[in-house]
Amino acid sequence: MNSFAPLPPDWPGGYWLHWGVFVIIILAFVLLTVMIFLWYERRGLGRIQARLGPNRAGPLGLFQSVADAVKILTKEDIVPAKGDKIVFWLAPAVAFVPVLLVFAVIPFQDGAMLADLNVGILYVVAVSSISVIGIFMAGWGSNNKYSLIGAMRTVAQVVSYEIPLGLAIIGVVLISGSLSLTEIVAAQNIPFILFQPLGFLIFLMASLAEINRAPFDVMEADSEIVAGFHTEYSGMKYGMFYLAEYAEALVVSAIIATLFLGGWRGGVLPPVLWFLIKVFGVFFLIFWIRSTVPRVRIDQIMGFAWKFLLPLALINMFITGIEVVLLPDGLPWPIIFLNIAIAVILVVVWSRFFKLGGGRVEA
Amino acid sequence: MKPERFGLGILKGMAVTSKHLFRRPVTTQYPEERLTVSRRIRGNELIWSREKCTGCATCAKACPQGAIEITTGKPEGDRYPVEKFQVDSGYCIFCGLCVESCPYGALCLGYEYEKAKYRRKELVKAKEELETSAEKQPSGYAHPEIEETLPRQTLLLEREESKK
Repeated sequence: MNSFAPLPPDWPGGYWLHWGVFVIIILAFVLLTVMIFLWYERRGLGRIQARLGPNRAGPLGLFQSVADAVKILTKEDIVPAKGDKIVFWLAPAVAFVPVLLVFAVIPFQDGAMLADLNVGILYVVAVSSISVIGIFMAGWGSNNKYSLIGAMRTVAQVVSYEIPLGLAIIGVVLISGSLSLTEIVAAQNIPFILFQPLGFLIFLMASLAEINRAPFDVMEADSEIVAGFHTEYSGMKYGMFYLAEYAEALVVSAIIATLFLGGWRGGVLPPVLWFLIKVFGVFFLIFWIRSTVPRVRIDQIMGFAWKFLLPLALINMFITGIEVVLLPDGLPWPIIFLNIAIAVILVVVWSRFFKLGGGRVEA
Repeated sequence: MKPERFGLGILKGMAVTSKHLFRRPVTTQYPEERLTVSRRIRGNELIWSREKCTGCATCAKACPQGAIEITTGKPEGDRYPVEKFQVDSGYCIFCGLCVESCPYGALCLGYEYEKAKYRRKELVKAKEELETSAEKQPSGYAHPEIEETLPRQTLLLEREESKK
């Protein structure tokens, strides 16, 4: 059997076998890809800053993340004397586990997923919100003002950005007519990034804020609040947060690839490879943005979410809804140009409304 | 109406960073790759000339650290025989004041800069260890006549251009 053919629908077998195999695949995939991502981002950032990045451990520095992992594992594990010990211990797990759970519904190729939920994307949004509780627990349990400030910033930011994020997803759901990620991928004969250019932009920016990556990384702004919520963490507990951060980036890359770039679809190459290529491409975009854009202030972040992304996401949802109602037999390709034009006009018009007082905090 | 207001500023920035992605890295991979240092480098060793030194001890007086220890015997003609000339390079701050103060040009700073040692006492140098040898070459600091003979420093600017 050649490996390009789709897998049989009952692969790899019965209920428990399927469960066992996919749990192992997901665990291995997440841990391995996070390590590759660490190397990939540091090398990429290095090249963008006209230097080489890690190049000592192994060929091309490929084992740098292994060396870092060994270092983190052997470090002393410190718990603050006046911290809330139980919360402090639980926080890394609460932050990391939901990220793993999200992978249960992401299709690696046709039917290759742990659970083909009919409300897949709803599940993703619901579960991924839990990890912010872990971050707040870390901030609270540390009994440290920087940790608490960092954690509170995160909560404010994540809660605000959930809304445009959800509304951007609704656009995709309207076009595909399903919440299941398998069916969303199956509906993408043309990748949805073309039908939803504005939705893609909103989703990208909101998810960057969700996973607290630059330019929305105020929660661990090292020039202001040391390291934010993980100031007091060391050893493997710190490692868990680090892992969770990159696993979240992986989740976002995978979801963007699935919702907007056609998931595992694409010609010639095997579907899994297509999926991985898209994930790595999206992650490149994420750290490319990180290398370019400076960190924004907390008031700018909140203003951006409520005054810019939220209205645009609402308008985008309504326009998509009208298009779907008027053209019930699926959207024809000329609508792509209309949607791109609408996106450009809306961004330009809304940029004129949206001002943040040239560097001053708004009254 | 500035175009930067509408997200074009970010796109411009991203164009700049993507250009840098294909640039040659400017970093030097140090132990494997070395640049030629400045001709007037104050390298971390002191070089003493047995022929030129008259034992006047001006260097020992000029040293702000008191790192130079010098003892001389009875005068022979116009010079003192130097019995002991010892430098504790652990105290030396490589200011070059001894080199500048020497009226006979008997002292130079070295051209080398890799002189890390495992033991403190290895840093104390007797006069035999201070003379010029194959690996101990003087730098052009305060000695323009030596500077003339040394190769020019590599500039990163020139490196970038030579690759084009």
